[in-house]
Amino acid sequence: MSGIRQTPAGRFGHFGLGLTAALVLAFLMAPLIVIVLFSFKDSGDFAFPITGWSLKWYRTFFTTQTWMEALKNSLILAVSTTLLATPLGTMAALGLAAPQLPGRRLISAFLLIPMIAPVVIVGIGMYFVFSMAGLTATLPGLILGHTSLAVPFVVVTVSAALTGLDRRLLWAAASMGAPPFLAFRKVTLPAILPGVASGALFAFATSLDEVVVTMFLAGPGQRTLPREMFTIARDTLTPTIAAAATVLIAASIVLLIASNALSRPGTSSAR
Amino acid sequence: MFKGQRGGLLRSYALIAPLFLFLLATFLLPVGMILWRSVFDPELRAALPATAVELSSWSGQGLPPAAAYTALAGDLRNVDGASLASLSRRLSYENPGFRALLQSTKRKLEAAPAGVTPDLATLDPQWRANSTWQAMKRAAGPVGTFHILSALDLRRNYETGIGPARPGAALYRSIILRTFAIASTTAVLALVLAFPLCAFLARQSDRVRNLLLLMVLLPFWTSILVRTTAWLALLQDRGVINTLLMEMGLIDQPMKLLYNRIGVITALVHVMLPFMIFPLLASMRSIDPRLFRAALSLGATPLYAFRRVYLPQVMPGVMAGTLMVFVVTLGFYVTPMLVGGPGDQMISYYIALYTTGTLNWGLASSLGLILLVVTLLLYAVQNALLRRSGVGVR
Repeated sequence: MSGIRQTPAGRFGHFGLGLTAALVLAFLMAPLIVIVLFSFKDSGDFAFPITGWSLKWYRTFFTTQTWMEALKNSLILAVSTTLLATPLGTMAALGLAAPQLPGRRLISAFLLIPMIAPVVIVGIGMYFVFSMAGLTATLPGLILGHTSLAVPFVVVTVSAALTGLDRRLLWAAASMGAPPFLAFRKVTLPAILPGVASGALFAFATSLDEVVVTMFLAGPGQRTLPREMFTIARDTLTPTIAAAATVLIAASIVLLIASNALSRPGTSSAR
Repeated sequence: MFKGQRGGLLRSYALIAPLFLFLLATFLLPVGMILWRSVFDPELRAALPATAVELSSWSGQGLPPAAAYTALAGDLRNVDGASLASLSRRLSYENPGFRALLQSTKRKLEAAPAGVTPDLATLDPQWRANSTWQAMKRAAGPVGTFHILSALDLRRNYETGIGPARPGAALYRSIILRTFAIASTTAVLALVLAFPLCAFLARQSDRVRNLLLLMVLLPFWTSILVRTTAWLALLQDRGVINTLLMEMGLIDQPMKLLYNRIGVITALVHVMLPFMIFPLLASMRSIDPRLFRAALSLGATPLYAFRRVYLPQVMPGVMAGTLMVFVVTLGFYVTPMLVGGPGDQMISYYIALYTTGTLNWGLASSLGLILLVVTLLLYAVQNALLRRSGVGVR
């Protein structure tokens, strides 16, 4: 670093790099800041600059029945998805942790594919299959659909926590006569708990964000926040959508803080 | 020892089994359904069973044997309205005139006196054309390649082989190319934006970097729909960007930023940028900065040292990030739908349209199959690259 700073050109390059980085960070944050500002705008359009301020769009959001129903459904779905995806994903990650497991790479690739598969294909396929089982336009159908998209994130985070686990601790527990389940409860579980919790957060966030599978599986009355936002955004943008967006951004901030608190210092912040 | 190990393996499989079975039912079966529907071609066999048998044994060249004509006349007399309607829809993918041809032939057959079977060839000259019978043969099912070839703008001709479906017009291929174009533009722009940011972040202390990374993580954790909506507000004619540009005197008239390619690329780059930043930053942080300084001290120009020392070391991160952004962008649906115009819709849009709008499930599934195959291939390439380079993302 000091080698570059010595020359004027190097100093200029360093400054230029900092400026570019600041601009890219601004590009990342600007839309979020702007939509939050517009949610407090008095008049009902998205014209700039903002002249008058008001809370009336929040009043509209929290008193409109369709929005409240959407919020309630989204929360029910996200909580149910988390409760289903977390144990399923954690168990699978524990099973995959055995290093000599035959077919391990293939199985784990299969379990992770829902993360990468184009969501429209998944949604349409689920629609075909779930309609045969009578699961379309039902809450269980939506929970199953969301869970299969969310569960790979649990597998990934718990697997990452398991690679950090010192296996010698388990051998030590076994050599002192601890039965496997006791060793699991006393050694493995406490060590991977942060990974399990951050997997659960990811599952929750995935469900809260999901819109495409929901559009294919949900019945006309089954509103969720993203679905309601999609309908309005496709039609005409009303400022109430900015209030809804701000509520979701607030939820993201809570999720982000929780996930940062869980990732121990020193581990990579990239997922 | 060995016995214990085997018990351990069984326990591992038992732990994986619930999720495996769950994904089998809620993920693999649905996706398998798409694959099945792309080759499933049941309408003709359901409506005209005897004809389907005759068509399957016919070579497709010239005109079919007399038995096929007799079978068709018999089948058309017996077919019920619903089956005929779905067959008409299926054959209209080949030629919209089929609906009228089937209806009028059936009417004329029913008008003929009982016990007499009129010669189909005299009822309508189209029954004397090879192209009519070829179209029927392509639909003879129960499985066939018609839909998959259609999705590639191709058609099988039993006399001349596989060729373009409509000379001069490549409808679906242009949708596929457009999807690739949007995804690769997004990936390249995301790389261009992420590279300087990551180079900057990699040099900062852990505390500063983690603080600045919050500005990457917050958008990353925020709903895609929220981010897309925000761009809808930002890019309006009287929105923030146009107003600022006009205030600065850079433009006189509001620029059109929404419902076109500019809007789509802007929003997609914004949504995908974190997927580029994470692997790139990971690979840049793993570099020993002393190597670059060593190259400089040995007399390399900064540009040369960048190209020969720095770039090769960050290449795994560049590849991982670019591939990841490209693959994920290929499947985008909601964002282009909201900020794009009719000319900016990607392949997912058409898959959904043909499924729910025009009900051409075979074509929708075939386009889905193409998207899925490309996605899985690139996923495999990416896995192989990651394993080789050891950059751990996801």
